[in-house]
Amino acid sequence: MDLATIVPPLLALVLSPLLVGIIFRTKAIFAGRNGPPLAQIYYDLRKLMAKGAVYSDVTTWIFRAGPIVSLASLILAAFVVPFATCAAPFHFQGDLVWFAYLLAVSRFISVLAALDTGSAFEGMGASRDVLFSALSEPAMLLGLAAVARQANGATEAELNLSLTGIHQAIAAAEWGGSWLVFVLVAVALFVVFLAENARIPIDDPDTHLELTMIHEVMSLDHGGPDLGLIVYASALRLWVFGAVIVDVVLPISTGYVLLDVLWSVAALFLLAVIVGVIESVMARLRMLRVPQLLVGATTLSGVALVLEYGGRLWISPSN
Amino acid sequence: MILALVCVPLVAGLIAFGWRSDAGRRMLLVLSALVHLGLTAACWIELPAPMWEGWLKLDSLGLLFLSITSVLFLASSIYCLGYLGKEHGVSHIDFEEHLFFSNEPEAVFTGCLLLFLASMTLVTVSQHFGLLWVGIEATTLASAPLIYFHRQHRSLEATWKYLLICSVGIALALLGNILLAVAATGTGTTSSSLVLSELLIVKMGHVSWLKASFLFFLVGYGTKMGLAPMHTWLPDAHSESPSLVSALLSGALLNCAFLGILRAHQVCAAAGEAPFSQGLLLFFGLLSMGVAAIFIIAQADYKRMLAYSSVEHMGILAIGVGLGGAGALGAALHAVNHSFTKAMLFLVAGNVLATFGTKSICDVRGVLKVIPWSGVLWLAGFLAITGTPPFGPFLSEFTILKAALDNDRGWVAGIYLLFLAIIFVGMANSVLVMTQGPVTGTVRPDPRREGWWSILPPLGLSVVVLTLGLYIPPRLGRLLEETQQILSPTVAAQPPKVAQQVRPLR
Amino acid sequence: MDFAVELILVFVLLTDMTLLGTGRLATSIWLSAVQGMALGVLPLLVAEHEITLRLVVFAAVVFTLKGIVFPRLLSRAARMADVKHEVEPIVGYSASILIGLVIVILSAWVGAAFPLPIAHLPVSPVLLPTALATILSGLFLIVSRRTALTQVVGYLVLENGIYILGAALAQEEPFLVEMGVLLDVFVAVFVMGIAIFHISREFDHIDVDQLTSLKD
Repeated sequence: MDLATIVPPLLALVLSPLLVGIIFRTKAIFAGRNGPPLAQIYYDLRKLMAKGAVYSDVTTWIFRAGPIVSLASLILAAFVVPFATCAAPFHFQGDLVWFAYLLAVSRFISVLAALDTGSAFEGMGASRDVLFSALSEPAMLLGLAAVARQANGATEAELNLSLTGIHQAIAAAEWGGSWLVFVLVAVALFVVFLAENARIPIDDPDTHLELTMIHEVMSLDHGGPDLGLIVYASALRLWVFGAVIVDVVLPISTGYVLLDVLWSVAALFLLAVIVGVIESVMARLRMLRVPQLLVGATTLSGVALVLEYGGRLWISPSN
Repeated sequence: MILALVCVPLVAGLIAFGWRSDAGRRMLLVLSALVHLGLTAACWIELPAPMWEGWLKLDSLGLLFLSITSVLFLASSIYCLGYLGKEHGVSHIDFEEHLFFSNEPEAVFTGCLLLFLASMTLVTVSQHFGLLWVGIEATTLASAPLIYFHRQHRSLEATWKYLLICSVGIALALLGNILLAVAATGTGTTSSSLVLSELLIVKMGHVSWLKASFLFFLVGYGTKMGLAPMHTWLPDAHSESPSLVSALLSGALLNCAFLGILRAHQVCAAAGEAPFSQGLLLFFGLLSMGVAAIFIIAQADYKRMLAYSSVEHMGILAIGVGLGGAGALGAALHAVNHSFTKAMLFLVAGNVLATFGTKSICDVRGVLKVIPWSGVLWLAGFLAITGTPPFGPFLSEFTILKAALDNDRGWVAGIYLLFLAIIFVGMANSVLVMTQGPVTGTVRPDPRREGWWSILPPLGLSVVVLTLGLYIPPRLGRLLEETQQILSPTVAAQPPKVAQQVRPLR
Repeated sequence: MDFAVELILVFVLLTDMTLLGTGRLATSIWLSAVQGMALGVLPLLVAEHEITLRLVVFAAVVFTLKGIVFPRLLSRAARMADVKHEVEPIVGYSASILIGLVIVILSAWVGAAFPLPIAHLPVSPVLLPTALATILSGLFLIVSRRTALTQVVGYLVLENGIYILGAALAQEEPFLVEMGVLLDVFVAVFVMGIAIFHISREFDHIDVDQLTSLKD
């Protein structure tokens, strides 16, 4: 086991709450305020872990298991995603599908935990949440398929379907003439990123009105350590998915691990700033429009895949 | 000379837009029609020289269709004199729904009529596919205001359907143009010309593109021509427009659209792909006849019935060319016969409509009693259009039938006869009921709406149709044979003269 | 040059998809304008010989017509008919976008199955699929939308698709024919605009799905 493989999960576990802090800070600066310190989430986590929890009588073990399983699956996902040309600790053929389904498992179990409370608001939010995640899945998979095809070139001989393999292939090669495919996939994956993490324009993470909550509703009834696990898990999800986007869109390979790591971390922070900017300037889309946006993202990925499918014949390399 | 053919109606149309006096405008219309006919007659005596490096040239096929157009336009313009006189007035009451409506300004109507003639002339004289396309699109645009003469909602609906469907069809034909240009780039050369004469001799580099381009031409121009299943605009447009416009649309415009398909067929035949194009033409022709037969049977509106009859006859034309050989000769003769007969029928239908005030077959009775001239013409027209001897269409339809049997296409002949029989029964049911019998009490006919202007053109046309069924002038026979040579150039021996073909029938 | 051509073609493809998914008339008109402007630049980039004055004039005319004149005409018609929004279409918006994806896949397949015979022309392999996809999207817009204005936008998109093919393949088309084609399309849009005005006055709406009084 290469020692460098410990870097991606370590960074994920340690630095992910910073991402959330950056988003909060960006929004505050846009609003003209100072905002909370960047390390705010760490303080929140410490506070929440010290609290006690109250459980409703109608809930079962699912309610208690929800946050734990959700966090566990996201930690597993963090062990599969490469970062900054360091391979992930676990990589195998097809691990991008494994990755997609780990994210889906964490969402599924949180939905189950919410439904377990038997409250109407949770049910409403759960149904919307599941719809959006169902619609965003094809976009993600098609986009990753296009990137995989691009990374493997025109050779059908050995398709490297692991995230690590893709990342290292892309980082090694130049984008060249296939920048169009990457741009399309980047946009599609960004929309999926916003959907998976329940950001504007799909969902408003700051809303306190139950009727408008989609993802927030999942954490509505949890308190204390459970809420702490949920907050950490959502930060981890931000990092892990953002790492996938950065791997695909802005890979760099300078040969020095430290420089690569610094570059990629900076890129991820930039992604968080972009999310904060979008949250500040846009409002949430009408519920009716969100499926159209997600289908549009699917179409973008599909078009990228179609453009890719002819192999490198279609888009000539610039050299 | 060719330029004069196009420019005379063009200039006259532009003048008509601005001319204030109604009487002057109508005179201009008839005068332009006469001048145009005179020029066309001069072309019969001696074909004019090609112009613009062969872009504009009048060959036999073009001359045939040009003559049909010219004669029909003269007949329609005479009819138009009286029609516009009667239609003058500020507001009118709709026959069917008794709503008030107004008419289009006469200047627009007359101007568009003349521009319509100019664009149809352009189609017949152009040998360049791009110019042909421009001409056919121009006919669509010039004829749309003509359909919308009576400004009420049904004709507006018909105009919108016509405009959109035909524009889309013609856009597809433009795609055919481009594919033809791709197909015609021979090996080694990069340039391709879309002039017909050059296309006929160039060696086609890419035959599959040629086939694709023919398909697009067939579907695109077929929309304009009224081949099923692209005919959906036809019944609406032909039934809602004024009768003289319907006569022109059915008699002249459909032929011009067919000309586009024929030019593409010429190119295909020269490249050796004649069986492909002929097979497609046969298919669409039979389909059109079938669709027309179905819809004529229980038709309630006599103008729609005539429109579906146009679809049927376009199908017959396609079948004729699709059979090749003597079938092409039959198709050329049938184009003449059908145009004159259909125009006559539409003009008479206009008389019936003006007299009885209804388009419904059930409500019209006793046409023979009320307006005898129109009644006789209506009956004669029905006999002619369904292929009854001694009228002209019988001869041409028989020639096509004989070609089918001669070429071992018995099944085509069988289906053809079946559809003709169904259409005869369907139309007979409607027309005979309309012409005979006493006048019922539901409508009060007004025989004063008929005048010499409304009888003379259809009478003249019917005399021509009757004559063509008995005797084909040698000059016309020669023109028809030349047309057959153009359409079906693989026929080596000279086909027997048409007049001789008449003998065995008696 | 290749890269610019491909950029324009993929851009046109994306505008097609967006057109299929939008319900606002102003957006549709604007998107078709942007498409037209992009296509106006196209002949200058695919010219196989040197760029002649005639080509520049032609490109400028196309740019002006498709990018400025047509949208103006259509916006005027929309204003006079007093419509802003599409009536609920026959095929819903999300389904339309998915059908758009199917159209792109179909066009890509056809483009791969019928390679362009002109190997020496600097045309990108994305050309035929983009043109086909645009043509099919235009046809789909005409068929599935109920507002007369959107049908005219669909017709313009159809013409754009045919124009892509023409600009790249039939480069020897003489000036007269090209101008004739443009003039025809211009008059067609003009006449359609007038027709839409009449429809809106006669019927109080421009929902063509309700024009059903003529039938057998």
